[in-house]
Amino acid sequence: MFYRQAGIRYTSYPAERQLWPLGIERVLMGLILALALIAPALLSPLLLSSYLLPWVIWSIAALGLNLLMGGAGQIHLGYAAVMAIGAYSATHAARAGLPFELSLLVAGLASAVIGVIFGAAALRIRGLYLAIATLAMQYIVDFAIGHIPAISGGTQATVATPTPRILGIPVEGPVGGYYIALVVCIVVTLFMLNLRRTSFGRALAAIREKDYAAEILGISAFRYKLMAFWTSSFIGGVAGAILVFCYYRSVSPEQFHLETSVQLVAMVIVGGLGSVLGTFLGAALILLAPLALSALVASLASSGLPIGSDLRAHLPLVLYGALIVGFLIAEPLGLAKLYDNARKYLLVWPFRHARS
Amino acid sequence: MDLALFGELIINGALVGLMYALAALGIVLVYRTSGLANLAQGAIAMLGGYLGWITIAWLGLHPILGALVAMVVMFAIGLGIERTTLRPLIGQPVIMIIMVTIGLEILMRGLVPGLLGSGVKRLDLGISDAPLFLGDMLINRTYLVSAGIALIIILATLALFNSRIGIMLRAVSDDQTASWSVGIRVEWAIAFAWGLAAVTGTAAGILWGGSQGVDWTLSLLLIKALAIAILGGLDSIVGVVVAGLIVGVAEAIASGLFDPLVGGGTRDIVACVIILATLLVKPEGLFGREHIERV
Repeated sequence: MFYRQAGIRYTSYPAERQLWPLGIERVLMGLILALALIAPALLSPLLLSSYLLPWVIWSIAALGLNLLMGGAGQIHLGYAAVMAIGAYSATHAARAGLPFELSLLVAGLASAVIGVIFGAAALRIRGLYLAIATLAMQYIVDFAIGHIPAISGGTQATVATPTPRILGIPVEGPVGGYYIALVVCIVVTLFMLNLRRTSFGRALAAIREKDYAAEILGISAFRYKLMAFWTSSFIGGVAGAILVFCYYRSVSPEQFHLETSVQLVAMVIVGGLGSVLGTFLGAALILLAPLALSALVASLASSGLPIGSDLRAHLPLVLYGALIVGFLIAEPLGLAKLYDNARKYLLVWPFRHARS
Repeated sequence: MDLALFGELIINGALVGLMYALAALGIVLVYRTSGLANLAQGAIAMLGGYLGWITIAWLGLHPILGALVAMVVMFAIGLGIERTTLRPLIGQPVIMIIMVTIGLEILMRGLVPGLLGSGVKRLDLGISDAPLFLGDMLINRTYLVSAGIALIIILATLALFNSRIGIMLRAVSDDQTASWSVGIRVEWAIAFAWGLAAVTGTAAGILWGGSQGVDWTLSLLLIKALAIAILGGLDSIVGVVVAGLIVGVAEAIASGLFDPLVGGGTRDIVACVIILATLLVKPEGLFGREHIERV
């Protein structure tokens, strides 16, 4: 319908390689960007700070995880630990007087270094072993943060994050935090979109498909896997720092337990492995579905249905599990594939028997 | 530290380790037969513990009878899990299978306490609380009986692997296509392994629930079971026993030595350290076959 391919002819290689070849998609992207930029003026502060802001931040983190899981085919069950390292190092760097911009960099580097150390231990093995090793990383980092007072400020302690300052100007309130997160999100999104067009991205794809074959083609699987871990952990660290600076405004160990890792993995799986758009959709679904479901259950409970408080407390877990299992069985490529199906249908509409 | 306390830690640790080994057996059984990851074992053990609570504490059956009923039900649930979630994913990359078992783990971890109540439930297995004394050392009677039961179940599984069914399972683990061509029903063998894994998980859940109480924390057995499975080698039943003893003793000693220094919690980290150390030094484990593809 609106997805018209007619009349699009490429006369140069850059034109053929552009990110969005269809005019409608460029218009849509522009619209989304414009909406994202003026969102603070359109939405109420409550909507902005409790829905849009977490969506943007969790999308950054899920994009980083998707680089590893969808791009390089490496499973990571301890991504919340990576974010925790970033969050704590940024907080301590900023409290020590470092500017906010540099603190973000410190967060990324610290996460990348520690992520690569664990990755190097785990990268010579793969599949199930890698999954278990990253699970172990989650527990070990949790333990280390909780038990070293210099990091966490003592057990059960919460460390307040200083107000972020961009070029010395303090950025306060949810609106400022939203713009910081949005800028980082745009940068990471552009990076992920362009990744598949670089030699790095193609090497990762080759390793994902078959690492022997990649090795034979001259791609050092070990080196590229380490680079994937490094990049992904860097993004995770920055996302963790943004999360605590712009959203929670304080950092404590409970924010980054195994549940958070599971939530991130669910975002990537539900959204679609290796898809940038899918990651955003998956993050939205995983963040919003429990809220919608608990609202539904609350209204059902108030209308007289016997629903216990235990069940209501455990609904998000049930939902994450059901979403992961359901999507893997029914649509392993996630929401991105559903969008792709719709797009393919619209490309040839109304001639639905034609091949696109 | 005086010697009696040390010996006490070692003996009780070894007994607890045997109970962990029972949970790890489920991971090994599934891996050995189908080469699939079973990261849902913690939740299976938890569900088994809850079922044991239903049959023993709620319906008032004799503990042994109740445990047997729970195991039979869980065998059926294990078959059901394989049929509904694992079989549709045959041929998918390993990452998908890992993810689907994690999804199952999360689903059950939410659903079971959500429906049956999340408070700690007392499960009385009829083992007296009176401690046993061995010289100066104090031994937990519940642990001793549970470890004995665990050892019997593990040995029974080992015996099963030398029976006709076991030969079939081993053939399937060696080469699925070849087994198929000589007339072994591969799907059936894999389903049977899942059923068996659910049974051993249930036994672990009931025994552990009998000493700790039944609640969602039973699913934390997963990380210890994984550590044991990795250390013992993912496809060795003997390895499970030895690694179970090692992990149990290491946990007990670590929590005895380091807990006063760092303020508790070392018990949970030992399993993770063992996992990482094994993967670094000898990824195939103590008794596993060396077939890990290093890249």
